[in-house]
Amino acid sequence: MAWELDSDRPIYIQLVERIQKMIISGYYPPGGRLPSVREMAAEAAVNPNTMQKAFAELERSGLIITQRTNGRNVTEDVTLIDGIRKSLADEHMELFFEGMKELGYTRKMVIELIENYEGEDK
Amino acid sequence: MNELVEIVGLTKSYNANNVAVNNVTLTLPKGKIIGLLGPNGSGKTTLIKMMNGLLTPTSGSIKINGRFVGVETKARVAYLPDRTYLGGNQKISEIFDYFEDFYEDFSREKAMEMLQSLNIDPSQKMKTLSKGTKEKVQLILVMSRNADLYILDEPIAGVDPAARDYILRTIVTNYNPEATVLISTHLIEDVEQVLDEVIFMKYGQLVLYTSVDMIREKHGKSVDAYFREVFAC
Repeated sequence: MAWELDSDRPIYIQLVERIQKMIISGYYPPGGRLPSVREMAAEAAVNPNTMQKAFAELERSGLIITQRTNGRNVTEDVTLIDGIRKSLADEHMELFFEGMKELGYTRKMVIELIENYEGEDK
Repeated sequence: MNELVEIVGLTKSYNANNVAVNNVTLTLPKGKIIGLLGPNGSGKTTLIKMMNGLLTPTSGSIKINGRFVGVETKARVAYLPDRTYLGGNQKISEIFDYFEDFYEDFSREKAMEMLQSLNIDPSQKMKTLSKGTKEKVQLILVMSRNADLYILDEPIAGVDPAARDYILRTIVTNYNPEATVLISTHLIEDVEQVLDEVIFMKYGQLVLYTSVDMIREKHGKSVDAYFREVFAC
């Protein structure tokens, strides 16, 4: 059940990305409570100090809020969460278009391809 | 005071041609999980034995929690040696009695819990156990103490991958912010996810002491890959 992590990038950055995704996807909803550092570290099978560092990073970005007496919660600021979702989506798009360009597709061809794509049924 | 271990100018020479540890100066903080890494014969076990008072330094000093290595530090250090030291005729439960008697900080409850998770029967005699199971029992004994410093010399070398995961998980979940765990191992890939920091040793000298994420950030590769580069033969 340990989290799947790359071996060539800093662990805390990957933990930040992973938790960001859990928040964006609503696994941890806005205003929802987060597990403790210890619980989260055990689940991910990583060092609690590293998890602590990831939480500190997420706090800096405002995505999670620490109450002195009451543990950690996801921010209630939905605009902030949407903003992070948008910037992650932009990153995906950039990679996607880069890949398609390498295959010789123009922007227009790509858009056409997406509209006729039947892989994902939505 | 955040320093747990202070090593200053530590040297151990077995004879004029064999200097196992050569002028090592190193300070280890509390609350970290630290890997002690180096090729065979780089002085890891000699360093560990001196930290446990099993070898006397030729020169230099080691302090643990502000005290020179001795009876008081031994009471606060949980040590897993690289070899078995338990008698073959004893049952596991008898060894637990022994540890309970000997170490004030030994938790029998914790030990029994771990035995159960690994499906080991406490009424078995040590000599009837497989090599891997023996290693598990010894690690359970060490991790069931509430020590300031855990020193594990090759703790996972002989056990299967599933038990390895369990052991690493045990180290992470038993983690106490005041205690430090020092792990010597060759199986870097398996442990690097739980390490804060790594120490690289070569020919008895300290080559590098840094954090895992620093290596990944600076070199864009895992500690395992970086180790192979630094110690390429």
